[in-house]
Order: sequence, then C-alpha cells, then structure tokens
Amino acid sequence: MHADEIRALVQGHQVHRDVYTSHAVYQAEMRHLFANAWIFVGHDSQTPNKGDYITTQIGDQPVIQVRHSDGNIHILHNRCPHKGTKIAIDRAGNTGKFFRCPYHAWSFKTNGCRLAIPLKKGYDGTGLENTPNYEGMAAVGAVEVYHGFVFARLAYNGISFEEFFGDSLSSIDNMVARAPEGRLKIAGPPLRYMHKCNWKMLVENQTDTCHPMVAHESSAGTAIDIFREMGEPEPRPAAMQIIAPFMSAYEFFESMGIRTWPNGHGHTGVNMSIHSDYDAIPGYYEALKQTHGERKAKAILDESRHNSVYFPNMMVKAPLQQLRNFIPLGPDKTLVESYVYRLAGAPDQLVAMSSMYNRMINAPTSIVGHDDLEMYERAQEGLQSNGLEWVNLQRLYETGEDFDVEAVENGTTERQMRNQFDAWVKFMTADMEEAA
Amino acid sequence: MIRDDIIDFIYSEARMLDEGRFTEWLALWMPDAHYWMPLGYNQADPINETSLLYEDHFMLRLRVERLNGERTFSQKPKSRCHHVIQRPFVDVFDVKAGIFQTNTAMHYIETRLDEQQLLALTAIHDLCCVDGKLRIAGKKVVLVNSDAAFGNIQLLP
Repeated sequence: MHADEIRALVQGHQVHRDVYTSHAVYQAEMRHLFANAWIFVGHDSQTPNKGDYITTQIGDQPVIQVRHSDGNIHILHNRCPHKGTKIAIDRAGNTGKFFRCPYHAWSFKTNGCRLAIPLKKGYDGTGLENTPNYEGMAAVGAVEVYHGFVFARLAYNGISFEEFFGDSLSSIDNMVARAPEGRLKIAGPPLRYMHKCNWKMLVENQTDTCHPMVAHESSAGTAIDIFREMGEPEPRPAAMQIIAPFMSAYEFFESMGIRTWPNGHGHTGVNMSIHSDYDAIPGYYEALKQTHGERKAKAILDESRHNSVYFPNMMVKAPLQQLRNFIPLGPDKTLVESYVYRLAGAPDQLVAMSSMYNRMINAPTSIVGHDDLEMYERAQEGLQSNGLEWVNLQRLYETGEDFDVEAVENGTTERQMRNQFDAWVKFMTADMEEAA
Repeated sequence: MIRDDIIDFIYSEARMLDEGRFTEWLALWMPDAHYWMPLGYNQADPINETSLLYEDHFMLRLRVERLNGERTFSQKPKSRCHHVIQRPFVDVFDVKAGIFQTNTAMHYIETRLDEQQLLALTAIHDLCCVDGKLRIAGKKVVLVNSDAAFGNIQLLP
C-alpha cells in the first residue's frame, strides 16, 4: 500500500472499515507500523538470569528476549540464519551460554553472534562469509529497558524511545513508584485470551468509557443486586469493590477525564477512576511512606489512572500493576496476554487483588470478558456489511484537533481513539512510498 | 454412605450442568467452598497468581444469576455444554469424618451458534456430608491445556 491510500482511510471523526477488515491493511501494519513504532516485548523479571529467554512476537515477527552473558537484554529475531528454523519455541526457558539450532547445530551466542557451524570446511570458498546469514541471529533495530519493561523497535532507524513515548512514561513511573522497593516482578504466567477481531478494537476499548454500564450490566449490575440482597455487608468483598464501579453513571466517567499525549498514547482516569475506591491494604501505605515520605507516598497513591494506552498495542493499569499486550495475529485475530506484577516490598494482598482483578475481568472464563469479546466479534462480523463503510469516532470531536500537544478532556471523549489513528497514519506512512 | 453414593453424586452434578439446572447446581455448594481452575501447569497458589477461575460463593452466585439474566449479551443465544466423564476414583472415603475426595477425568464440550470446543480435564472434588446429603466443599478443574489461548469459555466444566 502507499501513503495516500493509508491517509484516505482516516478522516479525523471517522475511519474506513478497511482498517479493521482488510488483509492488505493488516500486512501494511505489520511491515510499517509495527516496525517503526516501539513495541512492548516483555519484563526483565521474566529473564532474570544469564541465558534466560522468553519467546513472543512483535507484530507478526517472532522474537526472543534473552539475557546475555554480560547481563544485558537482547531481542533477537527467532529464526536460524541457515534455513529459517525457529531457534526456541517454548514460551520461556534457559539456553545456557549459547543457542543451538536443533536442525543443523549452527550455534549462536546469547547476543545473536555466530559461535560455530559444524563441518565448516564445506563452506570454504563458497562466499558464505559475505552473506548476512553468516553473522548470526539478527537483532532488532533498537532495544530499551525502562524500569524493567522491555521495548523494541524493529526498524534500524527511526524515532527514539524518549521521543516516541514522551510524558506517557509517567504511567509506568507511577506503577513502579508504588513498589516500596522501587521495582516490579512478574507474578506468574499471563492469561492468554484469543479474540476473533482486529487488534485495534481492543486497544480502542481501553479508553471507551461509554460501554461498561451497558455491555457489563449483566455482570456488574447483577453483582450490585446480589450485594444489596445480602444486606450490603462491610467490609465489601474484594470482588464487589472491583466490579461494582463498572456500573457507575455516565457523569462519573465524564469526570474521570481523559488525557492524550503525542504519538497515540493516552489514558483514562485523570482526576480519579473506577480504581479509586478500593479498601486500603494493611501495612502497605506504611511501607510506601518509609520509602518516599508521607507527601510523596500519598501523591503516588492518589494518582489512579485507569487504563494507559501505550500506542500501538499495549495497556498499563498502574493502580493494579497490570499490563495487557494485544498481539495481532491477522486482520480478524488477536491474542491478548494479561500480566500482573508484584510490587517489591509490598504486602501479598496487593498481588492477590491484582490476580483477582485479572481473572475476573481478563480471563477467557471471565463474565466481564465474555461480553467484551461478544461486542468485538459482533463488530468484526458487522463491518462486513456494505450498508455503511465508515466507523464513527465523533464523540466530543472538535475540528482541527492537534494531537501533537498533550490535552485533558471530558472522560467520555473519543479523542484518544482519534489520537491513535492520527499516530497510526504517522507511523504507517513514515517509510512508505507516497503513491503508486 | 457407600462409594457408589459418592460416584453417583459426581455423575448427577455433570448432568445438572448439561441440563442447564444452574440454580440447583449452586445449591450443592458449601458457603465457604471455592471453584478453582488453575492457569499454570502444576500451579500451586490460587491467590497470588492469576488463575482462570478462583471463585467463592458470591462469584459463583453472580455467575449463575448472570446466566439467567435478561441483558447477558454473550448468552444471546445461550451456550450449551456436554460432559463425558470416566468413572470417578474415590481417593478419600472417610465416612466417620464425612470427608470425601474424587478424581474424575472428563471431556467437556461447550457449544454456541456454529462453534464447538472440546476441553479435556481432570476434576478433583472435595465433598462433605451435611444432614445426610453430599455437598461440594471444593472443586479444582485442571484443564490438560490450561496454558493455551482460549476464546470464551462461558459455562462450567
């Protein structure tokens, strides 16, 4: 596809349905957007020791996150430079001092560099050493580890990490500052939830504040009814604290506020959020106060950002130490991986609360997730309709919106969705030819 | 109480779920029981790591009442399920204490519209005896592929 074709799909207040359904658009996203943008890969606590690795994808690109012998994290293309065999296929493991391809035993250091090729004399005089295949496993263009969160840019040239994320990193900062010891640690494997819909629907839903009271009435509304019938016992069950705020009125979500940052990032819950009214966990505030002092500890906890979207395909929920990675597998197929992290130095009840939230809301067995997935899949099917070709993003739209400046607006605006599409065009077309 | 009573109970629980008698099913549960479906293979901790399910009576009741609700969009139309179970092993049979545990291999099928999925699993039931009737004191469902990526699993194995 060419840049003019991409631009024609986004008109500010609306986007063409092809952005969700077209295979050509999906392929262009994989080749351009997911190469030019910085993409979340994993957390460094998933690979704590030398030789530890995880396998995942950046867009449709299979990659390995590995801890090299010098302690640094490397992101390598998961492909033997010989015949293309994936070097690792388990989701996590330890490879020792080197990777060894199971097909012909070509071996590589944990930074990807070639270590040895068996029966090497067979290549004498063939010119193998003049090919890129000879170098070893290819590394991605750039890697950045930010407070333990590992991001990569596939392209060798492009926007820097700092410029790409800018002030949006403040949500990760807040999540990490919540740890009395200043770091996070992965708490078990992620939930893995398969969605037969386009990945962007999931990302847009992270800041869609006009759906919870509608789509989730059957879970959150029923929970409130049951709790009332029980005589509203105190303290409220943790499950109630989690689910009841989903039924908050439109006015509540309006006053939560939405902030957008340049390059497609943004978050709900500027002033407060559905996570603001959880019971305090004994001992936690005291531990945080010890680290930061009273004023700063309070400021950290008063920040109650709901969902922070890290464009293009990741979300952080700082008050609950959660991260959701929306991995595109096709125009109509997305794998959602939902992680929780433990706050180093905090009481166990925090990770217990995060784990409960994760299974209640983000699991394939979740009564909340069921209705979300139902909506996405109905949308994916409905978009096949030729009755209308455009998808509306017009709530609280203003002509001439400038996404290059940070903005804070009414919490029910669809501005963040428009912000994502503005960045989508920018990073899709950054390295595209103008026209055919 | 004889071993067959325990085994019959496991069969009749599966039948209740297959026939959609969820309210009746909920009444089998002790108020302090949990339904646990681990996420990780050999997961030991249901609290401090994510599970697919770890639900107390409040959550199970919510699940059942939601299934019966008017605005449960993901259940329009409703799912149906089907269990094929092997004869349960009775691993604990303590009539005096009123404590029993079974281990049951199952194939669980869930279907909705044109989709059908098959899950292979082992169910471990902790049962107790209250006023001469068996009740569920705990249930752990171990999916053989618990760490695989699933679409919606809406009813209960």
